[in-house]
Amino acid sequence: MNVRADIPAPDLRLPSAVLDVMMPMHVSVDAQGRIRHAGPTIAKMLGGDPVGGDRAAGVSVVGQPLLDVFDLRRPAGIADFAGLMAQAGLRLSLAPRTAAHLPLRGVILPLPDRGGAILDLSLGLSFARAVADFSLTLPDFSPCDQIIELLYLHEANSSTARLSRHLSERLQAAHASAQHQARTDALTGLSNRRAMDDELEHLLTVRRDDFTLLHLDLDLFKTVNDTYGHAAGDAVLVEVGHILDQEMRRNDFPARVGGDEFLIVLRPRLETEVAGAIATRLIKRIEQPIRFENHICKISASIGIVSTKHYSKRPSIEQMMADVDAALYQAKNGGRGRFAIFDGGDRRVTTLPGDMGQKPET
Amino acid sequence: MHGMINRALQGFLTETYGPDVWAEVRTLADFRFEDFESMLQYDDDLTMACFKAATEVMHQSPTAVLEDLGTFLITHPPLDPLRRLLRFGGASFTEFVLSLDELADRGRMAMPDIEMPEITVTQEDTASFRLRARWKLPGIGPILLGSLRAMADDYGALAILSLDGVEDGAECLRIVVHDTHHAEGRNFVLAEASR
Repeated sequence: MNVRADIPAPDLRLPSAVLDVMMPMHVSVDAQGRIRHAGPTIAKMLGGDPVGGDRAAGVSVVGQPLLDVFDLRRPAGIADFAGLMAQAGLRLSLAPRTAAHLPLRGVILPLPDRGGAILDLSLGLSFARAVADFSLTLPDFSPCDQIIELLYLHEANSSTARLSRHLSERLQAAHASAQHQARTDALTGLSNRRAMDDELEHLLTVRRDDFTLLHLDLDLFKTVNDTYGHAAGDAVLVEVGHILDQEMRRNDFPARVGGDEFLIVLRPRLETEVAGAIATRLIKRIEQPIRFENHICKISASIGIVSTKHYSKRPSIEQMMADVDAALYQAKNGGRGRFAIFDGGDRRVTTLPGDMGQKPET
Repeated sequence: MHGMINRALQGFLTETYGPDVWAEVRTLADFRFEDFESMLQYDDDLTMACFKAATEVMHQSPTAVLEDLGTFLITHPPLDPLRRLLRFGGASFTEFVLSLDELADRGRMAMPDIEMPEITVTQEDTASFRLRARWKLPGIGPILLGSLRAMADDYGALAILSLDGVEDGAECLRIVVHDTHHAEGRNFVLAEASR
C-alpha cells in the first residue's frame, strides 16, 4: 500500500464513537505503544478467554503495551513498538495472546503530531472459528463489512454440499440396486448369465488361480412343466436354487444361465475326485422328490465338469465353455443323473453317481 | 423450476397433510417418480401440476395453501438452514425487510441457478413498507405473506402484513412494523451450530 503523508485534504478528527461503528476491531495506541482504546468487537475478543474457557470478564487491555496483548506473527523478528511502526501501512499477521488459535489480519498507521497510532484488524480466514468462539453477531461488524456475506456463503455452501452429497449417495444406492437386479435371476435369486460371464472373464483374465467349472442341466424338467404346469416348473427351479445356494462355499459362484441350465464356479479348484463327489451330492439332492401343491415332482440333473488345471495355458471363456458343454453332452448321452469330467486332450471320463471307485470309461 | 423449490413443496405437503395426500397428489398430477430431487431442475408445468393437484386434494383455496407453504418454509425445523440464511439479511426485522431488495442476489450467491423472486421494497414512512414481488410462477404474494409473518415472529417483532393487490404483474404486500422488540425472538448467532 502506498501511504502518503502529504495529502493536502483537511485532516479528520474522528471521535472514538465513530470509529467504533466503522472499524469495530480497531485498537488505538499512544506514542509509547500502550493501548488507549479498543473497538467493541476486538475488546470483546480480548476481554477474556474464548467461550468455554475461564472467562476473565471485564479485564481491560487499556494501558497495556500493544505487543503484550498481541503476538505478532508476520513480519517476523519485530522486537518493539518502534519496529512495528516501521511496518506502517503493510499487512500484518497477529494473534491475541488470549486466543493464539485465531490469527488476525491487521494494518497499523501513525496518527499525526505524535498522536500515537491506530491498528485496524479483521478476522482473516479464521472468521468462522472466531465468530463461533466469541458468539459474535451482526451488530459486532460494520454494515459495510463483507464478513457477513462470507459467513452467509460459508453456511450456504455447506448446506448445498450436504444436499449434493445426499444426492450422490442416493444415486449410488440406486445404481448398486439396479446393477444387482441386472445381474440377478429374479426367480431363483442366483446370479444370471451376465453375472456369470463377468465372473468368468474376471477369473480367467485378471486372477491367475485355478478353479473348477460345473455345467448342470436338469433332467425331466420339461416333463414336470408339461404335466403340472409352469408354476410347478418354477417351484422346481426355486428348489434347485436353494440346493445350489446351500451346497456352495464362500468363494463358489452358482448362476442360472438358461431355462433349466446352471453354471457353477468352484474356487479354489477341486481335485477330480472331490469335484465328482460334489456333483454326485448335487444330483442326489436334486433327485429328492419336490412337493408342489398336491403333486410330487421328480427330476434329476446331468453335470459336465472342467478345471483350468487341465489346460497347458490359460483357456479362453469360449474354450472352457465348449469343453464343459462337451462333458455335459457326454453325461446326458450316458443316461440321466450322471456327470462327466473333461480332463484335457481328448480323454473324457464319465462316472455314475455312487460309482466313484470304478475305473473310468474312456 | 429448481428442484429445491419443488422439494420444499413436496416436504410441505407430506409434513402438513401426510404421505397419503402426497401419494394422491402424485397420482392426480400423473408423476412417474417418487420424490422431487433437490439438486435437479424440473419443468415449470410439473410444479404447477403438483400445486394444482394439492389444492384439489385438500379442497382449499390456492391462497391459503400458498400462505401455509410460506410459513412452513420458515418454521419447519429441518429447514432451519433456510431461516438462518434469511437472518443474515439484517439484525432487526426492519433491517431484514429493507434487505429483501437483495434477496434474489443473496439466493443466487448460495445457489446460482435457483429462481428467486425479484423484490422491490419501498419505505412509505418509518414503519410502513410496500413490497412488489415478481416470480416465474403466480402465487409469490401469499408465499411471502406466510414466510415474512413467520420471520417477524422469528425476530420477535410485532408487524401487520397484508396482500396489497397486483401491479404490472408484480404481487404486492404491505408491511407495518409496530414494535421491533415486541417479544423474545428466536436466537440467532452468526456461528453455525456444529453438526
